[in-house]
Amino acid sequence: MDFQLNEEQQMLQDTVARLVRGEYSFEKRLAFSETDLGFSADFWKQLSELGLTAVPFSEELGGFGGGGVEVQSVMTELGRGLCLEPYLQSIILGGGLIGQAGNDSQKENWLTGIASGELKAAVGLQEPQSFYDLNNIETRAEKNGEGYVLNGRKAVVIGGHCADVIVISARTSGDSRDTNGITLFALSPETAGIERRTYPTIDGAKGCDITLNKVQVSADALLGEEGKAAGVIEFQAGRAIAALCAEAVGVMEIANELTLEYLKQRKQFGVPIGKFQVLQHRMVDMMSELEQARSMAILAASVADGEQNDERRRVLAGAKNVIGRAGQFISESGIQMHGGIGMTWEYNFAHYAKRLIGINHQLGDDDFHLERYANLLQAS
Amino acid sequence: MNMNYTAEELAFRDEVRAFLDEKLPADIAAKVKGFRRLSKEDHQRWQKILCKQGWYATHWPEEYGGVNWTPVQKHIWDEESSRYGVPRSIPFGVNMVAPVIIRFGNEEQKQRYLPRILSGEDWWCQGYSEPGAGSDLASLKTRAVRDGDHYIVNGQKTWTTLGQHANMIFCLVRTNTEVKKQEGISFLLIDMNTPGISVRPIITLDGEHEVNEVFFQDVKVPVANLVGEEDKGWTYAKFLLTYERTGLAGIGMSKAALSHLKQLASRRMKNGKPLIEDPSFSQRIARVEIDLTAAAISNLRIIASVEGGGVPGAESSMLKVKGTEIRQAINDLARRAIGPYALPFLEEEMDLDYDGEFLSDKDAAPLSAQYFNNRKLSIFGGSNEIQKNIVSKMILGL
Repeated sequence: MDFQLNEEQQMLQDTVARLVRGEYSFEKRLAFSETDLGFSADFWKQLSELGLTAVPFSEELGGFGGGGVEVQSVMTELGRGLCLEPYLQSIILGGGLIGQAGNDSQKENWLTGIASGELKAAVGLQEPQSFYDLNNIETRAEKNGEGYVLNGRKAVVIGGHCADVIVISARTSGDSRDTNGITLFALSPETAGIERRTYPTIDGAKGCDITLNKVQVSADALLGEEGKAAGVIEFQAGRAIAALCAEAVGVMEIANELTLEYLKQRKQFGVPIGKFQVLQHRMVDMMSELEQARSMAILAASVADGEQNDERRRVLAGAKNVIGRAGQFISESGIQMHGGIGMTWEYNFAHYAKRLIGINHQLGDDDFHLERYANLLQAS
Repeated sequence: MNMNYTAEELAFRDEVRAFLDEKLPADIAAKVKGFRRLSKEDHQRWQKILCKQGWYATHWPEEYGGVNWTPVQKHIWDEESSRYGVPRSIPFGVNMVAPVIIRFGNEEQKQRYLPRILSGEDWWCQGYSEPGAGSDLASLKTRAVRDGDHYIVNGQKTWTTLGQHANMIFCLVRTNTEVKKQEGISFLLIDMNTPGISVRPIITLDGEHEVNEVFFQDVKVPVANLVGEEDKGWTYAKFLLTYERTGLAGIGMSKAALSHLKQLASRRMKNGKPLIEDPSFSQRIARVEIDLTAAAISNLRIIASVEGGGVPGAESSMLKVKGTEIRQAINDLARRAIGPYALPFLEEEMDLDYDGEFLSDKDAAPLSAQYFNNRKLSIFGGSNEIQKNIVSKMILGL
């Protein structure tokens, strides 16, 4: 048993950590967040030049075939820096879906560029009525002479505002919650009939809702087998959940460091407020929740690229549930213990707190995953 | 990053399983799994079997008859023995006083006491807490005054677990009142049959006789029974407490209790369906199972770090809190699972030998008592609040 990173993984994590420390001060992040792009094109370029955007891809694509642990190493450091770049959306989800379902020419068209960071992908997997259930799809794709016509709406597509390719799910058959009949398409956002309403998110990123109005796509936009995408989506969403858990651990680490530092430095009644037992115990609870979250992130990373079965489902649902609860606890406790300063935009803690809550709203919150886990309970 | 056992560790696990398959008495395992009461004889019978196997003293060096298991092997033993329904070793002799004697005792004490612990000849209990000294243990008042070759001991100990079976007690006593409270404490080994000692039962809220009060009135204890130096007992006590704290998270036992709960919830019905399929109840189980999964990994992380040469520090305090909360949550759900049958207090059904008709589920009778009994988990071994103080001081530097 060994919970240490190996030398290569440690080097990878150190590389990302150095880059984040050097390039991603809190002030810079605020400025990146306010641009139209919503993140730093320059930082993204540096990630790509160091080969970090290619981490999970095969060697032919310039990557080194990294698995759950490598992705975890990258994501934790991006979390610590509260980085806004679309690593999860483009590399893990977009790249993951195209890599798993795409044919050779699609991989050539998209994947090489995604791995090198030259192209950015986003994914539209949820809809206004989905409520995190990725099989709850009402967008229709109907076959016609030249390919398919798409009609519907995709909800909260993070990174969709600047993506070069958007992978969306649509229904080619079946009712709105059927597992069968879900099909993936890779679209250029410039296609006629696509409308994007772009917005900033509460945690500093950018996203959009996408309306598809009689969008005509050719047959080569079809990604994978028609009607059979549910398994692919579930698998890639699982990888993304593991990645989000790793990011959350990084965010929580800094949130706890900041809070602890504040308890030692802030004085009231003539003593540092960290001398008060009620605050000490709350701080210990925050640490304890972080350790629970870290354990689940490690476990999630270990199954992320593994076989799709109920054990993997349970681990990922359990992990996202723990991360969601721990994240909210740390977010709320940290704001509370910071007092007024924790309520301000200009102090960094609040932005960590917002990201933790934001993560809970990506790919299912703790309630959603608790229900999912409960449905997978085994009698013994 | 590797969460798997090595080939040698897997072979060890097979060896443990083969041993338990063959040697664990079925009646004892059934009592443990069904939360039934164990007798002194049950404990002694099992201890003899373990000793014969050479697996009783897992914290001792081999030269004293211990087994030199690695942290991972200890963990495997803990997991498997919980799964099989092995009674928890009464820790006071083998896991508490023995490591203190080995570390701080003299040769004569080692020669005398260690073999008697292994053979089961001595049953030890712990004389730490007093009516006025709980979490603030160092404020203890039981006095030991030197008189020639003896100490004369006067005072009272309490919460003495299974003291009614014990013939030996290790005590923290005050030998100096002139110094800081931690610096006037000594560690004495006392024969329970010495004149002047009396034991009075404390019946706990579940009707159980598990703990006692022990009174000392002019009890003569040979100076030879002092461990280490006079007035240095607090150092030994703290050393012992680190032993006490490891394993207090009870991950293995929680896993066994959770499995028991899920079987129970599969038999109980609500709205015409097994309770385990009830949306709200299944989510309660799911939540505790998820928390236990995380705590189990945290436990492995500590074990792996100790295996790699690290020292388990305040991390085990954090895990003690989490682990005991989880176990209490499982006990809470088991009680809820039997609905109104949580009310009948049927001591006769708690006996394994009961051969009458069960009022409801065969496992129902002990569940409420068990729930109340295990409220102790967050109190003993340093209350969970004290554990948080430790983490706050040792890890956070507050």
